[in-house]
Amino acid sequence: MNFEFSEEQNLLREQARGFLQDNCSMKVVRAALEGDEPFNRDLWKKVAEMGWTSTVIPEEYDGLGLSYLELSVIADELGRAVAPLPFSSSVYLATEALIAYGTKTQKETWLPKLASGEAIGTFALGETQGQTTPKNLTTTGGSSVSGTKLPVADGDIADFAVVVTRTDEGDGANLCIVDLNQTGVVREVISTLDPSRSHAKITFNNADAQVMGEEGQGWAATQNIFNRAAILFAWEQTGGSDAALIMAKEYALGRFAFGRSIASYQAIKHKLANMYVKNTLARSNCYYGAWALDTTADELPIAAATTRVAGIQAYYFASKENIQTHGGMGFTWEFDCQFHYRRAKLLSVNIGSESQWQDKLITAVQQQNVA
Amino acid sequence: MDFNDSAEEATFRIEAAAWLNANAPSEADLAGLTDMQKAKLWQKRKSDAGWACVRWPQEYGGRGANAIEQVILNQEEAKIAAPNVGVFSIGQGMAAPTLQTWATEEQKKRYLPKLASGEEIWCQLFSEPAGGSDLAALRTKAEKDGDDWIINGQKIWTSGAQYSDFGIIVLRTDPNLPKHQGLSYFFLDMKSPGIEIKPIKQMSGASGFNEVYFTDVRVSDAQRLGEVGQGWQVALTTLMNERASIGGGGGAAGFKTAMDLANRINIDDKPAIEDKHVRAQLANWYVQESGLKFTGYRSMTALSKGEIPGPENSIGKLVGAPKSQDLASFAMDLMEQAGIVLDPDGDEMANLFQGTYMSIPGLRIAGGTDEIMANIIAERVLGLPQDVRVDKGIPFTDVPTSN
Repeated sequence: MNFEFSEEQNLLREQARGFLQDNCSMKVVRAALEGDEPFNRDLWKKVAEMGWTSTVIPEEYDGLGLSYLELSVIADELGRAVAPLPFSSSVYLATEALIAYGTKTQKETWLPKLASGEAIGTFALGETQGQTTPKNLTTTGGSSVSGTKLPVADGDIADFAVVVTRTDEGDGANLCIVDLNQTGVVREVISTLDPSRSHAKITFNNADAQVMGEEGQGWAATQNIFNRAAILFAWEQTGGSDAALIMAKEYALGRFAFGRSIASYQAIKHKLANMYVKNTLARSNCYYGAWALDTTADELPIAAATTRVAGIQAYYFASKENIQTHGGMGFTWEFDCQFHYRRAKLLSVNIGSESQWQDKLITAVQQQNVA
Repeated sequence: MDFNDSAEEATFRIEAAAWLNANAPSEADLAGLTDMQKAKLWQKRKSDAGWACVRWPQEYGGRGANAIEQVILNQEEAKIAAPNVGVFSIGQGMAAPTLQTWATEEQKKRYLPKLASGEEIWCQLFSEPAGGSDLAALRTKAEKDGDDWIINGQKIWTSGAQYSDFGIIVLRTDPNLPKHQGLSYFFLDMKSPGIEIKPIKQMSGASGFNEVYFTDVRVSDAQRLGEVGQGWQVALTTLMNERASIGGGGGAAGFKTAMDLANRINIDDKPAIEDKHVRAQLANWYVQESGLKFTGYRSMTALSKGEIPGPENSIGKLVGAPKSQDLASFAMDLMEQAGIVLDPDGDEMANLFQGTYMSIPGLRIAGGTDEIMANIIAERVLGLPQDVRVDKGIPFTDVPTSN
């Protein structure tokens, strides 16, 4: 049995954690939350210089050609740091979409720039409240896209977007790649619950676009991209959950009430133990997800849904109980508890909410049973 | 990252599987035997060939195998239809490690091989009516009389007392010292005069445990493990191994059985599995079981590398037992009114969920309640301080007790 990261991967973890402690402290997160800058450009540059954005991009496109285990390690640490970066949009979604469905030309155009961090990509699916399906998509198109996407994570700063559009063909959707720097694209920065990550409303007016993958197979492609991204997002959620637990623990140890540390009261101890339990389940499931991503296992859809449900549940629980452990101070603007609570919600709705993934999990298990 | 054996592990697995397949008792071997006789036959056969208690040193009945080899053997044994040897688990899993740490060489040579071979069965006499989660509050006393001690009092929740040959026991040898300091640890012959064993009828109707009463029972001072007053330390050796012995998820009622039920029961004239609420519930249990499974794989990896597993595995019982309880309850709800109809010869699945529902409350308490397990995680894993103890440092006789 060798269900563990390698020594080199653990070394990468140490380096990543050390780097983020030095360069992405809670002060940096707060600056992103309170400031006008859409993201931390300086940090993005450093992260790209270290090769994080190029981790899984093949060497022929100027990437490092490393595995998803290395990317999992980085995602874990970025989640822990609540990093104010467009990393997930650009790496887990846009880069993955190009690797899986891009033509050679599309790859040559964008992958080297994504690898170097020079370009930022994103993924645009949602349009209105409620679950998005091929039937309720209003954005249409193939070689020319029209419609409005909201919210698009990092849509204000991205250079291109992978846009899910409605079509009468196939499964009802196309996956289109759209350069966002063109006259047919209007972008508007919007406010969201997690201002440490910037979001936009993007309106396409006959914008030039190219279909990725096969025409009319965009919905299946979206599901596949989300399955893969779900595992990487779950690593961020798990890293964030651990950070919230450590924050709660350190505060409880130092906070005295009725003459003793509140960490000695069972009500608090059990709360933190429950956080630890959920975090451990999420982390072990993330190991499973990383293995499935790394080996492109047949059970990837099961691993993805399992990992995502565990990640959503752990981060929501850890982030809300961290505030509770802090008492009144946890509810202030001044304290950092809010960062995890905000990020937990962003990450729980961005590529489909908990109930969607619970449903997908059972569907995947049913399909496995039939196979 | 993979799930594969190392070369040595693969060799061991092949060797173990080959022996198990060649030597598992046939139906003819087992014809007409009681469950106990079947267990003893199989255990003796394994022991004679060196496949029992493989981690123990050879001179005590083992083969000096490492921890991952034990896991591999367990996995391979689970694949064959061999008799259940659970009756030996307390003796081998809890008494034996304590003997190995604290007994004399002569005692180890006398008792350990027969524990390994299943010829002698041991039980554990720790819990008392006044000492459960607060085990050190036990009151059964031992008073020195020449080279012997005389025991009076009562133990409770003793599994297998009625068929055990020996028992490990913690006793209060000095009630005037503070709680933990007045304890000493012994082993004794369960056939000693003055021992009376009464089965406990559980809420499920089954009787898996006993009350054990002691009236002037004599035990030799030579059967003391550790010094007088050192009983708590010796007991910790046993308890550390208890978590390894009990653990687990508790019963076969899990995601798969609940999913099977949801496939054949209808809600609104459609299979329950199509109901979104049912699917969400099932998904949550799948996620928990998956998390526990892969947590186990992480621990096995540590064992495989010769490391001591981290604290992750302490969550097994804390997650598994409540999960089984909720799952059984939910499954019976799916059956609607028929969920409560008992028919031992009827639907196997109904019996499984009903049986789980009625037995799981015990698993949430045995071997450390959910609350104690949470304390252990909080204190030993997260490093949080112990609760304030009002009985600390005062003579045991002055400690307030229940009525």
